[in-house]
Amino acid sequence: MIDSSAAVPAASAAGHRAVLEIENLRVTFTGGAKPVRAVDGVDLTLGAGEVIALLGESGSGKSVTLRSILGLHPPRKSRIEGHIRVEGRDVMKLTPSQFADLRGKTVSMIFQEPMLVLDPVYTVGAQIVETICRHEPVSRAEARARALELFERVRIPSPSRRLDAYPHEMSGGMRQRAMIALALACKPRILLADEPTTALDATVQIQILLLLRELQRELGLAIVFVTHDIGVAVEVAERIAVMYAGRIVETGTVRDVIRTPRHPYTIGLLSTRGHGGRIDGHRLPSIPGSPPDLSDLPPGCAFAPRCTQAIAECAHAAPEPRNVGRDQWVRCIQAG
Amino acid sequence: MTETSNRPLLEVVGLEKLFPIKSGLLGRPGAVVRAVDGVSFELREGETLGIVGESGCGKSTTARLVMHLIEPTAGAIRLEGRVVGSPELPLRSYLAKVQMVFQDSYASLNPRMTVEDSIAFGPTVHGISKPDAVRRARALLDRVGLEPRRFAGRYPHELSGGQRQRINIARALALQPRILILDESVSALDKSVEAQVLNLLLDLKAEFGLSFIFISHDLEVVRFMSTRVLVMYLGRVAEIGPTEAIYAGSRHPYTSALMGSILSMDPDHPTSEAPISGDPPNPIDPPSGCRFHTRCTLAEPVCSATAPPLHVVGGGHAAACHAATPGSGHSRSPGRAA
Repeated sequence: MIDSSAAVPAASAAGHRAVLEIENLRVTFTGGAKPVRAVDGVDLTLGAGEVIALLGESGSGKSVTLRSILGLHPPRKSRIEGHIRVEGRDVMKLTPSQFADLRGKTVSMIFQEPMLVLDPVYTVGAQIVETICRHEPVSRAEARARALELFERVRIPSPSRRLDAYPHEMSGGMRQRAMIALALACKPRILLADEPTTALDATVQIQILLLLRELQRELGLAIVFVTHDIGVAVEVAERIAVMYAGRIVETGTVRDVIRTPRHPYTIGLLSTRGHGGRIDGHRLPSIPGSPPDLSDLPPGCAFAPRCTQAIAECAHAAPEPRNVGRDQWVRCIQAG
Repeated sequence: MTETSNRPLLEVVGLEKLFPIKSGLLGRPGAVVRAVDGVSFELREGETLGIVGESGCGKSTTARLVMHLIEPTAGAIRLEGRVVGSPELPLRSYLAKVQMVFQDSYASLNPRMTVEDSIAFGPTVHGISKPDAVRRARALLDRVGLEPRRFAGRYPHELSGGQRQRINIARALALQPRILILDESVSALDKSVEAQVLNLLLDLKAEFGLSFIFISHDLEVVRFMSTRVLVMYLGRVAEIGPTEAIYAGSRHPYTSALMGSILSMDPDHPTSEAPISGDPPNPIDPPSGCRFHTRCTLAEPVCSATAPPLHVVGGGHAAACHAATPGSGHSRSPGRAA
């Protein structure tokens, strides 16, 4: 739980030892005709056992930020600047083999589509055993016992039989559970979750979210949870960082950001949902315009062209984060 | 809520679609998926009928059947009392009155046609002169919020997802239909853009006197848009009724589970328990009796033995559940007819 008495700087976890620190991260993709600045100065600190939701729409840079942590961008087509430290070590200075040791052992990742992670030609059990043996000096029998334990933990029915199943023999929800088991096989301290429930049906999504919440508490995992759905963020996270056009525009505890959003974009996003039934003649509040072209961003606040509160000054320079409450920071010159 | 006449605009009766999944040995019939299994509903003038359910429940297949994109195995569709495909109402004149907007805005458009030509294409096929069709296309572009001078000559790849979906809506309206079938039409859009398109749809509905069949996995959007809601489970109707009766007073345990899966949005009271466990069963081999009994907390022997009929439980509200049907043999069954 958060110790709210500690006074801390922007986007850092109160009372937690930091396990992940991202400092002024910039990611530029150079493969196309024009360079695309997908992430533009992201700062984020994740405490041990803390859950942060990175919330944003397509193109906001939330997944790109997440993938940078594990070095998943093609080096020839991307330029990554800034610092990423995992438990104090600068991951951008790691050799490929050091990186391979880090992945799965200290930091693990789960995705929206489990079929991209699970190899279709091996049984799921074999893949978990393989992962454990890659990182730890244990026998295959021990590794298999642990795989079974993991399957029980993620509540796969008839776990020992399912260990010998191939991914295609499982239903969507079960594959998601198997992917989570695989990610947790080597007891990582940090889990990166990239929209793991987005493709699931509503009744299955809530089961997986509750499972992740339970595992996080039992294992003391720190999680960065990327999502486009505020509802998902509210179910799993303690803090939210809202991204727009490659920048974090608002961050704070879930409670503060949901109850008293301060950035016009966050306010707009929140008003587009949670309305219940429609009274005839009522319309949904909406944000005008469309998300910006990342290869042609305006010099000032990237949201200004869609913002109903925009003034001339918004176009001059990108706003710096301002403190608007205990632990709530907003990049808007009119906030605070 | 302008229900002007008693006769439904569209009637769907006993609609059924079986997909063979493989032919058996020596060409004998093999297994089939009963994707849509005896679905009946009405669409009234001016209303929006929402259809919800999980993947594989048959909601998109139902839409495609109503649109005649695929041939039903059994069942009939009537528009204003006339049977579709009969001499009274040939398929071609029916199709001009019912149009559809799909989820994938890009795949729905011909990439080699300008958006103006795409919109004008339907009317020219239906015998309208090219200049008239182009004039209509430009007026519709303007109506969906895309300035004709800037957008008419563009190709689909030059537009954003939200703009392309506006084009698809304009194209659907070009034949001046009575009914628009919206199959996950806003699901691929970002939330901020989705709200704009939903508002546009509401405006167009009022302006052109349209009726909607609105299919979505997003329960909140369906609640916002719909007059009535139809809940499907594994090819069958589980429950149908006025939107608030379904959302706030559901009588089918599956509907209650769906509604219980809506995320909380309250940081102080996150969801504490999943309403049901497991995934929806495989539609190739659906459970016997009530197809929901394998996941239902109220299941009793009668539920796996016989399929419950749709039983009226209130004004315009019906549920297919033994626990809501008098004399079903379920211990919770009401004593006598409501």
